Amino acid sequence: MCYLLAAAGDLAQTQILIRESGCSVAVQAAKHRRVSSAARVTLNDGRGGAWGDRTFQAVTFTFAAIILLLIVTIFVVLFVDARVALAKEGLRFVTGQVWNPTEGVFGALPYIYGTIFTSLIGLVIATPIAVGAALFIVEYAPAWLRAPVSFVVELLAVIPSVIYGFWGIAVLAPFLRDRLERPLKAALGDVPGLNQLVQGPARGRDMLVAGVILAIMILPTIMSVAREVISTVPGTQREGMLALGATKWEMIRGAVLPYARAGIVGAAILGLGRAIGETMAVTMLIGNSSTKISWSLLTPGYTMASAIANQFADANNSLHFSAIIGVAVILLFVTGAVNLVARLIVSRFGGDTRATGI
Amino acid sequence: MINGPFSGEANGLNGAGATFPQVLYSKWFDEYAKVTNVKVNYQGTGSGAGKNAIRDQTVDFAGSDSPMSDAELEAAKAKCGETIQHIPTTLGAIVVAYNLPNVSQKLKLDGDVIAKIFMEQVKKWNDPAIAALNPGVTLPNEEIITVHRSDSSGTTDNFTSYLNLVSPAWAAGPKSGSTVQWPGGIGANGNPGVASEVKNNPYAIGYVELAFAKQNSLAYADVKNKEGQFVTASAASVTAAGQAFAPTAPADLRFKLVNAPGAQSYPITAITWILVCPKQTDQAKAVALTRMLWWATHSGQQFNEALDYAPLPPAIVVRAEGFINAITVNGQKAFPGK
Amino acid sequence: MQAQLATTSNATRSRLNLQATDTLAQRRKFTNNLMTGLIGGSAVLGVSILAIILGYIVVKGAPALNLDFFTKNPPALGEAGGGVAPAIRGSLLIVALASLVGIPVGLGAGIYLAEFGRGRFANIVRFIADLMTGLPSIAIGAVAWALLVKRGFGNYNALAGSVALAIIMIPIITRTTEEILQLVPNNLREASLALGTSQWKTIMSVVLPVARGGILTGIILSVARVSGETAPLLLTVLGNSFASNDLTGPMAALPLEIYQYATKSPFADSFTKAWGASLILILIIGLLSLSVRLTAYLGGPKGRR
Repeated sequence: MCYLLAAAGDLAQTQILIRESGCSVAVQAAKHRRVSSAARVTLNDGRGGAWGDRTFQAVTFTFAAIILLLIVTIFVVLFVDARVALAKEGLRFVTGQVWNPTEGVFGALPYIYGTIFTSLIGLVIATPIAVGAALFIVEYAPAWLRAPVSFVVELLAVIPSVIYGFWGIAVLAPFLRDRLERPLKAALGDVPGLNQLVQGPARGRDMLVAGVILAIMILPTIMSVAREVISTVPGTQREGMLALGATKWEMIRGAVLPYARAGIVGAAILGLGRAIGETMAVTMLIGNSSTKISWSLLTPGYTMASAIANQFADANNSLHFSAIIGVAVILLFVTGAVNLVARLIVSRFGGDTRATGI
Repeated sequence: MINGPFSGEANGLNGAGATFPQVLYSKWFDEYAKVTNVKVNYQGTGSGAGKNAIRDQTVDFAGSDSPMSDAELEAAKAKCGETIQHIPTTLGAIVVAYNLPNVSQKLKLDGDVIAKIFMEQVKKWNDPAIAALNPGVTLPNEEIITVHRSDSSGTTDNFTSYLNLVSPAWAAGPKSGSTVQWPGGIGANGNPGVASEVKNNPYAIGYVELAFAKQNSLAYADVKNKEGQFVTASAASVTAAGQAFAPTAPADLRFKLVNAPGAQSYPITAITWILVCPKQTDQAKAVALTRMLWWATHSGQQFNEALDYAPLPPAIVVRAEGFINAITVNGQKAFPGK
Repeated sequence: MQAQLATTSNATRSRLNLQATDTLAQRRKFTNNLMTGLIGGSAVLGVSILAIILGYIVVKGAPALNLDFFTKNPPALGEAGGGVAPAIRGSLLIVALASLVGIPVGLGAGIYLAEFGRGRFANIVRFIADLMTGLPSIAIGAVAWALLVKRGFGNYNALAGSVALAIIMIPIITRTTEEILQLVPNNLREASLALGTSQWKTIMSVVLPVARGGILTGIILSVARVSGETAPLLLTVLGNSFASNDLTGPMAALPLEIYQYATKSPFADSFTKAWGASLILILIIGLLSLSVRLTAYLGGPKGRR
């Protein structure tokens, strides 16, 4: 879109200029009102400018204000509904281990524990792979390969959660149950200490499987941000190490990673934030049972999000419903806090927080 | 006989709730749409969600095999204005379905062992307690994967009511209810969900309505009834159980059929209801609703047995007719008659 | 040490007879190769996982796709045949309505932040929008249920689902719009203003057209994102076995259908139907995501995708 600033001239001359240049013409309105009136109308409507501007600003301001209205509404609705249960249980809501709606006892610790356990499993599995892939893209891949590989891995972020859950049920869970959980049980079953990790039958619906699917889901998030952070490492650092005879890996370990470390941590925390809030895939794979807090990877459990999904429609009395909303409030706070920390770290250390999928 | 469309009735109804009768209802509403052009949309969200939905009036009718308690009825009066009616639709069996790859014989179980399995006191398939009831069957040395309901469920309510009656340990422990504190196992969503989990996990065991077990070729155990007989679940043994209880059914028809007397009775039997508010406010909807209910309790019953549900005993049908006739819209009787 | 290593080459090494350095060099080389392998392996793993997942969906879903699948209603529970027509229609309606609400609000807010937003209000809105992009969708669904299902209409309805989806879309569109608009060079604005064009006309006729590629990208990506959202719909629209155009009543949706067939249908063809529905949903999202590539032809700044 180009502008041709025509200084003066009569109508005929200006019109020739317009045609030849192919640009929309803007003319100094004040001085040359009589010239090329057609072009002037399309662009140069000085009339009613102030009024139009004010209205426009007011309208867009309203839309921006709607965002504030939305967040306030969300918080108010959730808090008001959660008030009763939170008031009744107090701190026990987050420390209590028993969630028994029939008796009116609501301790959400098992749900919080399940959320943390599965998210950590996901984080531990995804971070090395994501950082590795990011390093590959930035440091090793030839220029023509960078965009396609990035694109492909980031496509993982576009797949809906429910499809991950279904693929998990149909493919991943049976595979992990038979190829990983059973051998793991056989191997660790008699090892004192480690056998705590494999208590219970291999069901394919447990923390481990949920953790693995989370790992796949947060992989693109971490990779995308890590890639940004790693690519901001100055070339001088890299070249310096290489000039001293370091191998590629030593260069990465010595120059790139220390520089990018904080940003990578931020990327991982961002991934954690996404894992914590994940609902559908986890609900479909975590087993939704057993409020025993156990170290076993093979325990079926709940996360906060899966508890809400399962019990929302079932909550029989207002106290139970209030408790479920209370869990939603905690979930909101935890995701908000984790995301906030992640963004602070990442933006301070040179990354772009706008990872795909967010 | 309701055998065609009716002018003045709504062309759609929305219901939600129990998955126990879902195989039957799904067939019913498929047929009903062909007969009357009324599209009845029923979603299996579980009895608990169904009861909540009818309390909040977010649906036109609800399905439940867990009767509403007095407190729940009281709470529902806020929006409905009157006591929610329980209109029975069918009887069915809750079977203990299992997935044992190399066992072809039908297992026999009794209430005590079933309770112990679900309390995780009997942990392996070749446990002496199970072996004692099944001499001659080679049971694998594998851990049992129990499957229960993660949602608030009428099936759970009836199943645990049965266990409460036959197992003192269960009555002291998890007790009965639409949701209980399960000691362990996988939680699945809805009867179909439990059937799914049992089907996909070797060495799993779970409680589901008979139709789901049959349609998915799941093996299910013969259960020892009150008279000491091991009975196979079927429309016939459910009918026997129903007949044992029908004479003593209370006026509002909120009752349970578990552990029925009678040599032929299957012990884990349940009745399921459609819950409606008798004080309707929308004329077209009320007409459609009452006609659908009449059809379900009369013409619809012909579909029950083929799907392994039992037809309602005639005495119960008569009472249901009374309920349907009592539904009013804006002060007038809603049902336009046969 | 570094200086010694710097002169390493095989010939030099053997001439200088640096035995000790040799082992060290070998070890370093080994480590380097190992890490290269691991790093390359990570990338391969990432790509493979996607290929595996998409592969399963395509291979298992394709057999389910026949004309019936696209045009018929689901059959009675347990019976074979039928299709997901209500779900396809429902998804299209719900997402379309959500977009109708979400896109204007998101655009408007983004324009405000980019063009007028310099004060505390704008900073707060920016911060809140950022935070909202990470909100768990189930919490938003719960709010929509409380306001539009329990109160509002008094029954399960598609509108509540659309509103929940719109709430998810708005912060995303706001942030991407703002960032793209900030990338539009300022001298374009200044030139237009200098020529006497009012500010709003400048924005509408000069800035927005230039930025339209990037803005469209953000919009399309957020539409693709909410097309796959399940949790808010689970709480609000109930589902419907019949095709319906009534937004004030329950409606089917593709993600719900997938969830149902995946977890609540043990029957022989349930998984096949779930694969089929997944394939349709992936195709829709894939088409939307790929069309983002086409917006490149619209020119203008792009930001990072």
